[in-house]
Amino acid sequence: MAITTVPGTTRPDRPASPIPARPRRRSLRRALVDNLTGHAFLIGAVLCFAVFSWYPMIRGIVMSFQRTRRGETTWVGWDNYARILDDPSFWTAWKNTIYFTVLALVLGYAVPFLVAILLNEFRHFRGYLRILVYLPVMLPPASALFLFKYYAYDPSEAGLFNAILAALHLPTSEWMQSPEMTMPAMVIASTWMNMGSAVLIYLAALQNIPGELYEAAELDGAGIWRRILTVTIPQTRLILLLMAMMQIVATMQLFIEPLILANGAGAEDSATSVAYLIYQHGFFQNDLNGAAALGVIMLVVLAGFSAVYARLTSRQD
Amino acid sequence: MARDSGTRTLISHAQLRRGRGKVVYWTLLTVVVVVFTLVFLGPLYWMVTGALKSGQEIAQTPPTLFPKDPQPQNYVDAWNNLDLAKLLFNTFYYAAGALFFQLVLDTAAAYSLSKLRPVLGNVILSLMLATLMIPAMVLIVPQYVTVIDLPILHINLLDSPFAIWLPLVANAFNIFLLKRFFDSIPEELMAAAVMDGATPLRTLWSIILPMSRPILGVVSIFAVTAVWKDFLWPKLVMPSPETRTISVGIYAFSGGTPMNVVVAASVIAAIPTVIIFLIFQRNIMSGLTTGSIKG
Repeated sequence: MAITTVPGTTRPDRPASPIPARPRRRSLRRALVDNLTGHAFLIGAVLCFAVFSWYPMIRGIVMSFQRTRRGETTWVGWDNYARILDDPSFWTAWKNTIYFTVLALVLGYAVPFLVAILLNEFRHFRGYLRILVYLPVMLPPASALFLFKYYAYDPSEAGLFNAILAALHLPTSEWMQSPEMTMPAMVIASTWMNMGSAVLIYLAALQNIPGELYEAAELDGAGIWRRILTVTIPQTRLILLLMAMMQIVATMQLFIEPLILANGAGAEDSATSVAYLIYQHGFFQNDLNGAAALGVIMLVVLAGFSAVYARLTSRQD
Repeated sequence: MARDSGTRTLISHAQLRRGRGKVVYWTLLTVVVVVFTLVFLGPLYWMVTGALKSGQEIAQTPPTLFPKDPQPQNYVDAWNNLDLAKLLFNTFYYAAGALFFQLVLDTAAAYSLSKLRPVLGNVILSLMLATLMIPAMVLIVPQYVTVIDLPILHINLLDSPFAIWLPLVANAFNIFLLKRFFDSIPEELMAAAVMDGATPLRTLWSIILPMSRPILGVVSIFAVTAVWKDFLWPKLVMPSPETRTISVGIYAFSGGTPMNVVVAASVIAAIPTVIIFLIFQRNIMSGLTTGSIKG
């Protein structure tokens, strides 16, 4: 029987049991009843996981090797993958998605960390600044993106961004109409919408750094930058790695930004993402099997990233 | 978040209180407060006031800071033409149901995994946590296929609120948060309850739940805002105009509606989550950080 106990919660002289108060004379019947009660509490959530998470996972892989036409399902081997790989937009979508991910990593990854370091030093307006940074996270993404689409990225000088650029005598941009600016524009919108949670998570991590470490570093003559490099970053290393991983997984699933800001594909296909392609195949081209294959490819790529992450983090612990 | 007056950070307090340090500190603080207000509040101001401008005024260069001739009509049009009352009601309804199912089923599951610990409980927990590694986009197609034809039962859940409620119960993050909180409740309390002859359900209801209000608050807020912010899943499983959520409804109308009206609708759609945030910001922020800080 594999009954697990949290270490330290059961005294060693007593046998491990789900309810430590009644360890003696535990009959088989009693154990059975306890276990059944435990599973009764679990069953609702387990069923939801089974139907909507575990089963679809397997189903997705199975579907990617099948083809359903007019209600008839046949096994087709790697045909779906071959068809997906032949589609020129497959490569464009990956190129765009990776470009977005890298750009978001450059902008969206460093900025929240630096903002958190800065906010952590202030002794005034702490609550106000935190609320400000997190406010966009609470907006429905569709709302925020319509704001960007219609008011910020207006290609004429009536748009907010162009008006600011013009006021500063800088060249204005066509934003979403220009294939070169499409991705940067989407990264700006996405960073604005999402950075709040990262900032708050970093702030919490920064507050856990023991003050003595800074004290000691300062006594050794370390300046501010040196203290960031030798104390702040090593002390938050795990959370930094975790957030990098989570951000990569999130940005690789880029979907709503191209859908709303770029009407899907964008100027010269500059916005098509892998997730958008899944949506296209699955729900517009009536090719659920191809979409499933694309999903599996995405899963494999992201699993690769996770493996790298696991390697990086397990080295120290 | 603790008032950490005593904790030392990157720069020592003493340094910030003396001559030059003080000047730098206050200058930097002023700059940050102004810049952050412009960057994070500015666009929202632009959104609310922009939706008050007429079509001509919004196309004017340079743009006006205040609407010259405010047109509340845009908001009225948004409300009437997009049937926002219906869309808001749908979204509230889905959010309330999602909250109910997640609170009941996820709490029960976390309680079982933390305190009752049945056989194979750990295997189930690992399988649940493993789903955190699977990106939502990967599952979207097979989940959709599952929802239009549920295994064994062969029920089609399209346009049924259960298509939103039940998949949200499969939320490993909730279970993880709740279980970790329940783990911190002393085993002695449980033992005392069992001595007094309390059933597991009674123990959950009278001992565990009253002690877990903070974490239940966090889970509730996340449950509600997740429904409010979600887009692709409700778009797929709620295809009829009568069952749409507000984000999907606005998107569906955005093609043939003047842009000021679309933005006005977007403002209205954002009001509930912003209000929730302003009321519960403390819980939200503590929840965000307790969930992520570990090890």
